[in-house]
Amino acid sequence: MYPIVILSITGLITLFLGFLKSRKILLPATILFLLIAVAAGFLDWNKPGLYFNAMIDINNTSIIFGAIILITAILILPLSAGRFDDETAHPAEYYAIMQMSLVGAIIMVSFQNLIMLFVGIEILSVALYVLTGSDKRNLRGNEAALKYFLMGSFATGILLFGIAMYYGATGSFNISASMALIKSSHEGKIFFWIGIFFMLIGLLFKVSAAPFHFWTADVYEGAPTFFTTFMATVVKTAGFYAIFKLISVSFSSEFAVWSNLIIGAIVLSLSIGNISAVYQSSFKRLLAFSSISQAGYMLLSVIGMSNQSEESLAFYSVSYSLASISAFGVLMVVSKNTLENGRPNESISVFNGLLKKSPFLAVILSISLFSLSGIPLTAGFWGKFFVFSDAAYRNLTWLLVFAVIMSAVGIYYYFKPIIAALFKDTENSNTIEIYPAVKVCLFLTTLGTIIFGLFPNLVRSFF
Amino acid sequence: MITLLLILLPLIGAFLLLFLKGRPQSFTKNVALVLALSEFLIFIYAACGFAKNKGQLLFSADWVKELGIKFQVNLDGISLLMVGLTSFLIPLVILSSYRVAYKNASVLYALILFTQSALVGVFAADDIFLFYFCFEAALIPVYFLATYWGGERGPKITFKMFVYTMFGSLLMLVAFVTLYMRGQTADIAALKQTAVLLPPALQHLLFGAFFIAFAIKMPVFPFHTWQPDAYTESPTPATMLLSGLLSKMGVFGLIRILLPLSPAGFKDYATIAIVLSLIGLVYGSIIAIRQNNIKRMIAYSSFAHMGLMSAGVFTGNLSGIQGAILQMLAHGINAVGLFFILKIIYDRTGRRDLPSLGGITQKAPVLSVLFMIILLGSVALPLTNGFIGEFLLLKGVFDFNPYFGAFAGLTIILGAVYMLRLMQRSMFGNITHNTENFTDLKTSEVLVLAPIAAAVILMGVFPNFFLKISEPVVLNLLQLAK
Repeated sequence: MYPIVILSITGLITLFLGFLKSRKILLPATILFLLIAVAAGFLDWNKPGLYFNAMIDINNTSIIFGAIILITAILILPLSAGRFDDETAHPAEYYAIMQMSLVGAIIMVSFQNLIMLFVGIEILSVALYVLTGSDKRNLRGNEAALKYFLMGSFATGILLFGIAMYYGATGSFNISASMALIKSSHEGKIFFWIGIFFMLIGLLFKVSAAPFHFWTADVYEGAPTFFTTFMATVVKTAGFYAIFKLISVSFSSEFAVWSNLIIGAIVLSLSIGNISAVYQSSFKRLLAFSSISQAGYMLLSVIGMSNQSEESLAFYSVSYSLASISAFGVLMVVSKNTLENGRPNESISVFNGLLKKSPFLAVILSISLFSLSGIPLTAGFWGKFFVFSDAAYRNLTWLLVFAVIMSAVGIYYYFKPIIAALFKDTENSNTIEIYPAVKVCLFLTTLGTIIFGLFPNLVRSFF
Repeated sequence: MITLLLILLPLIGAFLLLFLKGRPQSFTKNVALVLALSEFLIFIYAACGFAKNKGQLLFSADWVKELGIKFQVNLDGISLLMVGLTSFLIPLVILSSYRVAYKNASVLYALILFTQSALVGVFAADDIFLFYFCFEAALIPVYFLATYWGGERGPKITFKMFVYTMFGSLLMLVAFVTLYMRGQTADIAALKQTAVLLPPALQHLLFGAFFIAFAIKMPVFPFHTWQPDAYTESPTPATMLLSGLLSKMGVFGLIRILLPLSPAGFKDYATIAIVLSLIGLVYGSIIAIRQNNIKRMIAYSSFAHMGLMSAGVFTGNLSGIQGAILQMLAHGINAVGLFFILKIIYDRTGRRDLPSLGGITQKAPVLSVLFMIILLGSVALPLTNGFIGEFLLLKGVFDFNPYFGAFAGLTIILGAVYMLRLMQRSMFGNITHNTENFTDLKTSEVLVLAPIAAAVILMGVFPNFFLKISEPVVLNLLQLAK
């Protein structure tokens, strides 16, 4: 509960820090605020309880997911070093909005009441619509922001409709209220089922699972890479835990109803995400489609709904976030000085010859993509392993085999940038400059990827 | 504890070499060689202790405790032989590159040692997930070796190999996860008990997953399409690793994983697997006869040999499996020797096609004698290492089904045809303008080929020494399968 309060206040403080002449203080201050929030979150450790008239439910799991979200944000922030130097940028606003969107994300992982879920999603989403369009003079960014906003609002409407149905069936917004209904008559359940369906559709949109993924590639590409990173990691973690919590608390026993929707989403996400990614020449779009496919893998854990699924989901979120930060981070550094038609060149070929120019970045990029494709000795492997185990728990062998075939497709496209970076040459002699903060951040994320790859216990031991 | 040391030493050595970047090549080469040799010495020490005290070879530590996944390694008879093969060949692979100046040599040697560490891990693993981990990890350094130091077409071809084999291993991962969920343990020995009780339909699925994974790795027909190109285009150290050691992981997997963990599938589908293997055997041999590119010819011959080994394992009888184990050792040694000789020829003449070669014997008698010995080992002449293995394999296949045995027997004739053709066209005949200035072997080259030739003869004369080591394990395995 403390992080929600703290970040709401520090978000406002950050806005006022924008009045100061020196912009240099903003980034360290934001990181400090987030660190405080992480630490404060753990004050409630082992003290589960309901807050604000049973609106918010704090327990160890929600604290861990909150911490994952905040630490992800902390690791992303240094990537902005040197980004907002020009006069027209408004870094104070961006940092403030990010902190406020984190409030939404934390509410999403600790809701007890569907109204809170709705509020959390809206806080997060509205902030992201703004950040997507933050590069005002970029036409693509504006288009992305508008697209994201229109489609996002539509999805929120569907979610709200589902919540209304749920309320009509159970008479309460509390997610535990459905238990009584499920036990009772069969006839009364039809609205409840419609509610489940629509709520899940609304949430699947937010985590960019197919067939609700159409916004993803354009929005990822149009948004400034820094905010794309934020969007790709924080929203996924929060959204997936929200889906998981909603299902596990309010209708886990209705497996036959929701599993079909989720299985459909898995199959579509894996096939559309992976196969479309093969044809992308832009690295950002590739990662966008990869994020759709990763959503499919994470849903495997939701479908498993075993007693280890929470841990699997947490681990997958961590491994995915670490790898995404590294991959986007390297892209930001490399593409910075390569202007093409006035825009940074974000195609895969921008990595050509990276090994010669900066072995450090080449290694970071390779390891992060290894992790995303699930190769052993990286965290991504264990992430895949855990979610596969969850699906095996439901005896969904055909789904597993399908997921594996799609992983092989994944290896194909994740290796294209690696091959470009390690084995191809380039004529372009742009120098690559890396800010120390960025270097430290990339080093930490990669180190995390390897350490969690060797000792997967480290995340699981929290549970 | 010693087993752990065998895994860690090359791993630490590899990191050490990475830090030696920028030092003179000769220095890094020597460091790599010393590391590989000390690994071999440690292995000898472990092998001496093997007969007396088995406990000291076991090492077990918790890895993912909540899930019961352990880092547990042990050496039984089969693993001992395979680890022995690995630690015998790696120094030779390193030594074989002594006369070539590679760019970024320290990284190259580091990758070779990484591969060694993973290979020892595969052969010694007692835990399915450790096995899987090392199985994958062995491929990655070889992929980079083959791509970075490979030929013009390298990246495309090795990438095909990489995706292909990764796909196979992912299927294996699914099978492992399924088994693990059923048995709630990752220990191979404990899973054997679980596997027997599984419903046959599930065992058939497991068989399919395991078979595809290992068949791609070996490779077995029709999963071989990545192999000839990859062997031909890779730089020689990578080709040696692939043909001498990595392909053996496939056969080893059949014996260690597929046979005990899917007994019903093994029983019901062995015939199909044998038919595929034998098709590969004859098909590979016939293509090898038609090849003019010598590296491609040996690549296809490798493919044919792997087919026979796979068929031998699938017979599920003692002589078939024992033959496969012995043949793994023999083929590993011979393949490394042959690919090295091809490299020597290529380095001096710049040619790989048979018509432009000839008459090398007159210029390089030492080379041609050593070549002859290793080649005869490949052809399976009695008193060379190939003979006992091939004989046992054929006997195994014959016991399984006489018609299959007769068909498999073609390998003796076909193998002799292409191997002797290779010998005749390259070593004998008239000197061409390519081979005019051929010089005989240098010391470092003799140091590679002499141990190989010695091994060819010693293993041919004393095969029982090796058969005795693996026999109890194989008998135990067959007992379980019944």
